[in-house]
Amino acid sequence: MAKTESAYKKRSDGRKFDELRPISAKVGVVPSADGSAIYQSGKTRALAVVRGPRILHPKHMENPEKGILRFTYQMMSFSVWDRIKPGTSRRGQEIGKVSEWALNEIVDLDAFPNSVVDVIVQIPQADAGTRVAGLNAAAMALAQAGVPMKEMVSAVAVGKMDRTLVADVDKEEEDFEEGEGATDIPVCLTSRTKKIALLQLDGKISIPELKEAISMAKKACAKINEIQMKALKEPGKEIKG
Amino acid sequence: MSMPTLQKRRIIEYIKQGKRFDGRKLDQFRDFEVQLGISENAEGSCSVKLGKTEVYAGVKMSTIEPYPDGPNEGTLSVTLELGAMADNDFDLGAPRIEAVEMARVIDRGIRESGIIDWEKLCIKSGEKVWQISLDIYAVNNDGNLFDVAALAGLIALAHAKFPVYNEKEGKVEHELTNTPLPLKKEKMSFNLTVHKVGDSFVLDPSLEEEEISDYRLGMALADNDGEVRITAMQKGKEGGISESDMESILKLVEDSFKGLHKKVTEMVWK
Repeated sequence: MAKTESAYKKRSDGRKFDELRPISAKVGVVPSADGSAIYQSGKTRALAVVRGPRILHPKHMENPEKGILRFTYQMMSFSVWDRIKPGTSRRGQEIGKVSEWALNEIVDLDAFPNSVVDVIVQIPQADAGTRVAGLNAAAMALAQAGVPMKEMVSAVAVGKMDRTLVADVDKEEEDFEEGEGATDIPVCLTSRTKKIALLQLDGKISIPELKEAISMAKKACAKINEIQMKALKEPGKEIKG
Repeated sequence: MSMPTLQKRRIIEYIKQGKRFDGRKLDQFRDFEVQLGISENAEGSCSVKLGKTEVYAGVKMSTIEPYPDGPNEGTLSVTLELGAMADNDFDLGAPRIEAVEMARVIDRGIRESGIIDWEKLCIKSGEKVWQISLDIYAVNNDGNLFDVAALAGLIALAHAKFPVYNEKEGKVEHELTNTPLPLKKEKMSFNLTVHKVGDSFVLDPSLEEEEISDYRLGMALADNDGEVRITAMQKGKEGGISESDMESILKLVEDSFKGLHKKVTEMVWK
């Protein structure tokens, strides 16, 4: 394939192309919850809480075969520069749903018919990649809550800036406009079987590039998983990486 | 949540002897912990913990057309979210009436204290003024969200800075100035909620005390030359305040005011 040179030669914050932002993770931050965690990547911070398994309302959602997992995602009004109206937006509803599907891939709720596990994610401060930060926090919160899980999940947003692939996109990169512009690819991977539990993309990408993006996500997720596991071993302690 | 009668009776018996389950005196607050700047995208933000109760608060500034009855005055809007994150009993969906009430009481406490110099929020008379949006989120409920949410709101306001206003284009730039909001420190009032549990009155209620109390009386309190000045009040829940109850509450308020005012002042303006 004839490659023209990419217009994106250096990352705005000086990171290597496959380098993640500084990570901070902490498990056990909301005492009244069954599980909770904070996951921070650069300036993007997500707070996740797990409540349940518990009785499900409304009743018509009950599944007599197994429990269900329900995911709520919200950004705090002051998490971004242009204030967001408090509550769940249409964007928030969609992100909640795709995150719910991702986590349903790994939880095993067969022992909890008619019950619900509620996962609630709030974003106090955003600098792109909030849904993947939310998933990383949620996975830790689920594990702390003792919800049966087949494996863990980790997530990262891979970006394509013109022709250059980068891991863990920040807001400035998300707004890159030269050449082919910015393509955002949030990916959530399961830790053991390496299945793709969440995949979204907006922008433009070739098949070889997509393959490369997924392998970049795999590497990134392996590193994130390490930090998640460390944080789970020492609840209450902030783990950096 | 509903508590077994036995446990309820034990809490009340304890309180009758001036004791609480967590070892505090009836008028004693848990420890506060304040963290500033929880969002770099807010004009001012903080998290406040009181014991295990925690809230986040943030201020965003925007420009709007002033109300006809105050052409030179800026405005304030306060919201509060009691979401499923904070408590097993809080719902995922629509705002609870408790959240609406709490936001309105906090709004009045700030507004009526006169701490905000509204006219200094005027950009162009009759055309454009600053609007302060103060949004508060409950993160963990372990009792007394009322006082904690109000305090977090005050702290976020006290540390907020104006964004840059581009006069030519009439819009707010994505950048902060060093100018704090026009607040009159000396007018600050803070929220104090008294709960009647059994025959006694407690400050900074735990979750259990809150649940079994007959009623609560929330007050916004300011300092008027060493005297207490009440700038907002709200009785909550169904119980009625007898004449002697009112005497006891007001005495408790007078006795606690000085120490609390000092503590709150330190936390807000530090």
